[in-house]
Amino acid sequence: MSTMQDYKSSLSDPSSRKFETFSYLPALTPEQIRKQIEYIVSKGWNPGVEHTEPENAFGNYWYMWKLPMFGETDVDTILAEVEACHKAHPNNHVRLLGFDNFAQSAGASMVIYRGKTV
Amino acid sequence: MAVKSYSAGVKEYRETYWMPEYTPKDTDILACFKVTPQPGVPREEVAAAVAAESSTGTWTTVWTDLLTDLDYYKGRAYAIEDVPGDDTCFYAFVAYPIDLFEEGSVVNVLTSLVGNVFGFKALRALRLEDIRFPVAYVMTCNGPPQGIQVERDILNKYGRPMLGCTIKPKLGLSAKNYGRACYEGLRGGLDFTKDDENVNSQPFMRWRHRFDFVMEAIHKAEAETGERKGHYLNVTAPTADEMMRRAEYAKEIGAPIIMHDYLTGGFSANTQLAQWCRDNGMLLHIHRAMHAVLDRNPHHGIHFRVLTKILRLSGGDHLHSGTVVGKLEGDREATLGWIDIMRDSYIKEDRSRGIFFDQDWGSMPGVIPVASGGIHVWHMPALVSIFGDDSVLQFGGGTLGHPWGNAAGAAANRVAVEACVEARNQGRELEKEGKDILTAAAAHSPELKIAMETWKEIKFEFDTVDKLDVKHK
Repeated sequence: MSTMQDYKSSLSDPSSRKFETFSYLPALTPEQIRKQIEYIVSKGWNPGVEHTEPENAFGNYWYMWKLPMFGETDVDTILAEVEACHKAHPNNHVRLLGFDNFAQSAGASMVIYRGKTV
Repeated sequence: MAVKSYSAGVKEYRETYWMPEYTPKDTDILACFKVTPQPGVPREEVAAAVAAESSTGTWTTVWTDLLTDLDYYKGRAYAIEDVPGDDTCFYAFVAYPIDLFEEGSVVNVLTSLVGNVFGFKALRALRLEDIRFPVAYVMTCNGPPQGIQVERDILNKYGRPMLGCTIKPKLGLSAKNYGRACYEGLRGGLDFTKDDENVNSQPFMRWRHRFDFVMEAIHKAEAETGERKGHYLNVTAPTADEMMRRAEYAKEIGAPIIMHDYLTGGFSANTQLAQWCRDNGMLLHIHRAMHAVLDRNPHHGIHFRVLTKILRLSGGDHLHSGTVVGKLEGDREATLGWIDIMRDSYIKEDRSRGIFFDQDWGSMPGVIPVASGGIHVWHMPALVSIFGDDSVLQFGGGTLGHPWGNAAGAAANRVAVEACVEARNQGRELEKEGKDILTAAAAHSPELKIAMETWKEIKFEFDTVDKLDVKHK
């Protein structure tokens, strides 16, 4: 058995802050992001993009980037909106959602661009 | 109108309660019993007796029968079927008019359907396999306080199963040490920690201290991780009044979720608590301690799918469902059947999953199945595949038993579940590629790597005692 490691996490260390699904994995690669978008499209969910200042990430309502892309199935179009949001707000967390209008819930939600946590 | 006359004497049940020509109404409550009769008693007679004893009948004719319209109120045995692979018993289907049951009362339904009839001498054994609740009856019940979608919104958990952990040792920790165990798990990446079912208010840890220390753990873990956390505060108590006092205090200190043992605590208490949770915006986690006493014997008792329906009607947002892969009993197909019964709004009859009736839940919210008991990171791919996103995967020993402690154990499970979800969304087959997926994820997580080394060899390969009835003749 290897030697015991300390679990590095504290109030004073901003890198301890997470942002829900996939935030315990390394940031997704462009290829992985495409696959997740394909998954959202294959489920028939409506893609949407939201962003927030990292200090306000805990709240329910992040800023919507335009409106959810109802009926959009083109992966490049969806990806372009995620990137446009990031360009406009380079310091913010940017998340991609898949809205399931039957469950009235997000079937998928993941932060694609990670801002600097506080 | 035909007039009946009174003639005293012991009943021939078959004449009154066996009605093979009867077509069940949409509003009838239907039940399927597995009946093991005493030798030599004809099936129709026994089925009719079950219908009678679970509805209007008694062993002898009484004159007051003639003051009412018993032909309207009686239960009707309307079908008999062989049990595949077992000649000692048969299925009897009984239809009950909805008038026989008080609205919104699973207590009343069970008192009739699994009441005196289970001690009836003409039977060697009796098992209630399934109940069809008509939507007309469903809508009189309160049901789950919040439901799956509301829980996700309250806790901000989307697109993955939630992760929990039952704090161990089950009994004996002081409140402060107990809160420490919770804090470590939550800061490591769990969504929930959980009181064990028998943690109530013992001398070594009274409930109020536990609630206070656990809330500090939640608050600090939330501030530290930036994620929302909860702990199932078990409010099960000796009296319903005391249960409500504990629930009120949990709300007062801001706990998002409380917990109840619905079988040992009782259905009246559970229904009362669930209604209170609805009114007060609280989530309700349900443990099923005592279920195996009722549901494990294949010939006698109440099948778990019935206990599942009863809970959904009585009210609860989470219910322990078995894991299929862990240390506790649970056949895979049967488990998939009652998971659907918990979550879906309409479930079709499907004998391959042990489901005997179509069940329409109308607008009643769903219950999140909780997989708990003897599971660890190596089970994660199978669990994500079996349970899907609308579930809580609960690792007790599989979190706390990590060689580096609870936080590392929690992080290992969190990395594993996210890796599995990410891979599943890509279209990869989790149960085939599980090892590769976990190994790749462990390259970025020393906590997961150690967890995989620790639990590699543990397996549970005992055969299930209660299997679905399928041909083996």
